[in-house]
Amino acid sequence: MPGITREEVAHLARLSRLELKDEELDHFAGQLDVIIGAVARVADVATEDVPPTSHPLPLTNVMRSDEVHPSLTPQEALSGAPAQEQQRFKVPQILGEE
Amino acid sequence: MTGTTDLIKLTAAETAAKIASGEVTAVQVTEAHLARIAAVDEKVHAFLHVDREGALAQARAVDDKRARGEKLGPLAGVPLALKDIFTTKGVPTTVGSKLLEGWIPPYDATLTQRLKAADVIILGKTNMDEFAMGSSTENSAYGPTGNPWDLTRIPGGSGGGSSAALASYQAVLAIGTDTGGSIRQPAAVTGTVGVKPTYGGVSRYGMVAFSSSLDQGGPCARTVLDAALLHEAIAGYDPLDSTSIDAPVPSVVEAARNGNVAGLRVGVVKEFGGEGYQAGVMQRFNESVELLREIGAEIVEISCPSFDLALAAYYLIAPSECSSNLARFDAMRYGLRVGDDGTRSAEDVTALSREAGFGDEVKRRIMLGTYALSSGYYDAYYGSAQKVRTLITRDFEKAFESVDVLISPTTPTTAFPIGERADDPMAMYLADLCTIPSNLAGNAAMSLPCGLAPEDGLPVGLQIIAPAMADDRLYRVGAAVEAAFIARWGHRLLEEAPSL
Repeated sequence: MPGITREEVAHLARLSRLELKDEELDHFAGQLDVIIGAVARVADVATEDVPPTSHPLPLTNVMRSDEVHPSLTPQEALSGAPAQEQQRFKVPQILGEE
Repeated sequence: MTGTTDLIKLTAAETAAKIASGEVTAVQVTEAHLARIAAVDEKVHAFLHVDREGALAQARAVDDKRARGEKLGPLAGVPLALKDIFTTKGVPTTVGSKLLEGWIPPYDATLTQRLKAADVIILGKTNMDEFAMGSSTENSAYGPTGNPWDLTRIPGGSGGGSSAALASYQAVLAIGTDTGGSIRQPAAVTGTVGVKPTYGGVSRYGMVAFSSSLDQGGPCARTVLDAALLHEAIAGYDPLDSTSIDAPVPSVVEAARNGNVAGLRVGVVKEFGGEGYQAGVMQRFNESVELLREIGAEIVEISCPSFDLALAAYYLIAPSECSSNLARFDAMRYGLRVGDDGTRSAEDVTALSREAGFGDEVKRRIMLGTYALSSGYYDAYYGSAQKVRTLITRDFEKAFESVDVLISPTTPTTAFPIGERADDPMAMYLADLCTIPSNLAGNAAMSLPCGLAPEDGLPVGLQIIAPAMADDRLYRVGAAVEAAFIARWGHRLLEEAPSL
């Protein structure tokens, strides 16, 4: 498996919504390369006949009855909002101007 | 009248009994602990937030209840330190991150509600590695916590604030969360007791998620019985947590009151030892094995060959789940928002806010998980790690066919100096070598003190592992081992800690 390049870290950072600084790209590239090199050996034993385990419990969808329960008031739900307007979360623009 | 120093050294069981009998009031007990926090926490830094008024109000309510002649619960009036990962209505919850600095949750976690219902006094919120990612508490955005045995050393992590609060007598009980060892490893390096309950045994509603198939909250205490009392108070089915197990809670308190290993088959995990393990840790562990034999256990050597790959599988699975879970911190509904100057898009504001709010370890794990889940890499990394998880679960199943519990050292070394591994992630990850398999399999495990390493005089932890939903076995064995060690030492290990 090839090593992690600075460009790959920049791509991962974009996917991860992290606006990394230039010096961080170099720092993380070296560290991620070491970590991935160390964990890659899981592939050695992962043969076709071994089923994957995603979770310790044999869970299926857990449903509840469709009943109204007490819940947060709008004021409570908005209490941690960085910005709000008209009882809604106020967010920066999502689409372009045009 | 009991003196203040005596009040902070009591066990939870003793504290509750003295309050119930009227020998002391809950307010006196709470004030004694608040005074202790004021006296020593500047040095230790176990707490991120002390809720002085809230704690005293809870204590007054307990005293009022008693005055009215109401029956008090087994932990009524006992002061507790709560890891800052559980939401507390009206009290700050930061998860050790700048991203949530100043956030006041509008609701209580189920665990918080249960503590309040049990009349446990919540003193405040404890320091932790940011988003519970770390083994030393150095990844907290609010500075490290010192180990009360040696303030220049780490108190373990991620729950280092909780373990340090117990070891420095700032709280009688504490709560931790364990994704790869964050309850057990801090307990081991501070000479305290910590239990990771069976996955699904304690509700996670209101517990900030890191790696959802591994995360489990649980009790921390100075004695096995105290841990059991707390375990019983917080465990049990919660319809608000879809991974909560809908079954009776194992009888952990009864087990802790009846410690006994006669005729019990105890498996020693062969793979945990050798290179990388401190000599003094192995010496104390081997003595524990002999002690178990002396008090009636049958010792069997067990091989779990896939455990060798547990650390590698963990550092793919946990980051993968973390990269998904932490996507919710998008600077839109709560938490830090930077760069919103009216010209930037929501996506840019999210990326700038996450860059400013997350620390290095969190960024590393988010990117590592994003990598492991990328198309083209998914099968080789995340897919393979899930298969290793199956192999580890099978190793446990096979082992528990021939033994009742497994034992190992909790950690390969004693507490290391603050700063020593801070810039070497792989060295840091090794601290969880022995604790991770239980998270991957979802079973129950405990760490309790088994002595001091001769070379550095620091605590060593003994890990006990039981099958899922057999948490009571941990307490039965733990209580027997604890009693035998106290008989040998003439006191609890923590009595040997410096007085600060």
